[in-house]
Amino acid sequence: MGYAPGEIMACVAARELHDGEVVFVGIGLPNVACNLARATHAPGLVLIYESGAIGAQPARLPVSIGDPSLVTGSLMLCGMADVFQLFLQNGRIEVGFLGGAQVDRWGNINTTVIGDYASPKVRLPGSGGAAEIAIHARRTLIIARLHPRAFPAQVDFITSPGHRARGGTRAELGIPGAGPTRVITDKAILAANAASGELELAALYPGVTVEEVRRGVGWELVVRDALDEVMPPSVAELRLLRETLDPGGVPRVTGWYRGRVMRCGRGSVGCEAATEMIGNGAK
Amino acid sequence: MSKVVSMRDAIAEHVHDGDVLVIEGFTHLISFAAAHEVIRQRRRDLTLCRLTPDVIYDQMIAAGCAAKLVFSWAGNPGAGSLHAFRRAVESRPPTLAIEEYSHFGMVARFSAGAARLPFWPLNDYQGTDLPGVNPNIRSVTCPYTGTALATVPALNPDVTIVHAQRADAEGNAQVWGLLGVQKEAAFASQRVIVVVEELVPSSVIRADPNRTIIPGLIVDAVVVEPWGAHPSYAQGFYDRDNAFYVDWEAISRDPATLAAYLDEWVYGVADRAEYVRRQPELVARLAAKAAMSGEVSYGY
Repeated sequence: MGYAPGEIMACVAARELHDGEVVFVGIGLPNVACNLARATHAPGLVLIYESGAIGAQPARLPVSIGDPSLVTGSLMLCGMADVFQLFLQNGRIEVGFLGGAQVDRWGNINTTVIGDYASPKVRLPGSGGAAEIAIHARRTLIIARLHPRAFPAQVDFITSPGHRARGGTRAELGIPGAGPTRVITDKAILAANAASGELELAALYPGVTVEEVRRGVGWELVVRDALDEVMPPSVAELRLLRETLDPGGVPRVTGWYRGRVMRCGRGSVGCEAATEMIGNGAK
Repeated sequence: MSKVVSMRDAIAEHVHDGDVLVIEGFTHLISFAAAHEVIRQRRRDLTLCRLTPDVIYDQMIAAGCAAKLVFSWAGNPGAGSLHAFRRAVESRPPTLAIEEYSHFGMVARFSAGAARLPFWPLNDYQGTDLPGVNPNIRSVTCPYTGTALATVPALNPDVTIVHAQRADAEGNAQVWGLLGVQKEAAFASQRVIVVVEELVPSSVIRADPNRTIIPGLIVDAVVVEPWGAHPSYAQGFYDRDNAFYVDWEAISRDPATLAAYLDEWVYGVADRAEYVRRQPELVARLAAKAAMSGEVSYGY
């Protein structure tokens, strides 16, 4: 069965989540991925949204991170001071989703500006909760579409730190979380080198060549000796996505890339501006 | 004593040119009715603070109310950009001053303000470039452990406006659903305006005191404004108007279209009641379906 890049990305992200884990969810693709995981192998996944919904079970795809469907049927609703202090800073979040206009070779993410901060070429939305998710979630998953401008060697602005920010490692900087363990793209999975923290090609999607991935990355990408195999979306996964979890709306979240597909997580609305920037060429 | 006044009087009395103004609400309960009245009364040189400037501040920036924006995420949630904001910040030179944090940083600023402390410590910002562009993000050495912590300064607004589902005439305000940072923002503020869907007798408030997030004793004015949060939403009353948020992408992209929107829907209406009257389809499209809570006993 054929599938869209967004569909395999949602499946790959869902497979990264373990039953019972506490996940800080973003809107768009991460939300679909979390619900796919709940509907398949991880029924006990706990969904936490920065808007204060703890243990949410949204009955529709939330358009925004504060959608009223996150409220109805939640386990707990709390103020945002509690979300950031009692859940995130407290170390209760096991997985955080992040996206961004730019992701660099160390997994640093930029959702703030393209160009100079004081006179930006493109002003992106900013951090939202992304900086502290990157710092405190025990591990993060980055969702981003491969493109050399989206994967530069160095981001213009570090909104959310990866494995090596401005020369310092996470340990040296005193950052509690482990950082981005996987970068889930539309063609492949990148993962950090355990020693250096540099992102490497770890797995290819079916039918994708190493060369295609290299073309989407703005640095000399290291390719691991043994690449993991990514299984295509199963018929069951695709059915769930198309008939139940992401059935409609124009376009579908996991449909072909058309702007909205990249709305994935707080910072990642920056993806949209990036997509737009890439589409228009640098102004 | 009743604090109930019209929106026109509340804004005229409590919001002045040059004020630090907060209209809070995280996606939920954003008082567009108050913002529109501020625009109609042509307030100028405001420092607007919010975690998410949202469409509401995009409109106020476009209307010329804002000199400065203090924020942590400036996008149109789920729909794209805030183009009036982007035009102001991307122009050479920028026409709007900005002071930028993360959500946790903004929440911490309100927490310090509410507790009347000069700053708030947080374990945050390691490895980010935010402190490099915002000198107000600093650090302190913990006197007990010796570890470095980030700090942000208290934010004490001149006036904070919050929308709530209901309040009594003295301003004891009850909110359910997403709570955002309204409690901290209100306690941090010099003056507080509460806007409600429904004015209720004090007996309703006293029957369920756990639901009160803002006590009347810190409230200066109460405004009764049904549908006052539209296109934001009020849990249990009406849904978010996601279609409008999507439309804002096209409206705000073109300054002339944006100006025409303000002419028709802000300057062109006397108040929120007229704004609602002119959109009779809102009820059928957005009125909430009931999902009642259980009851608890407060007896002893």
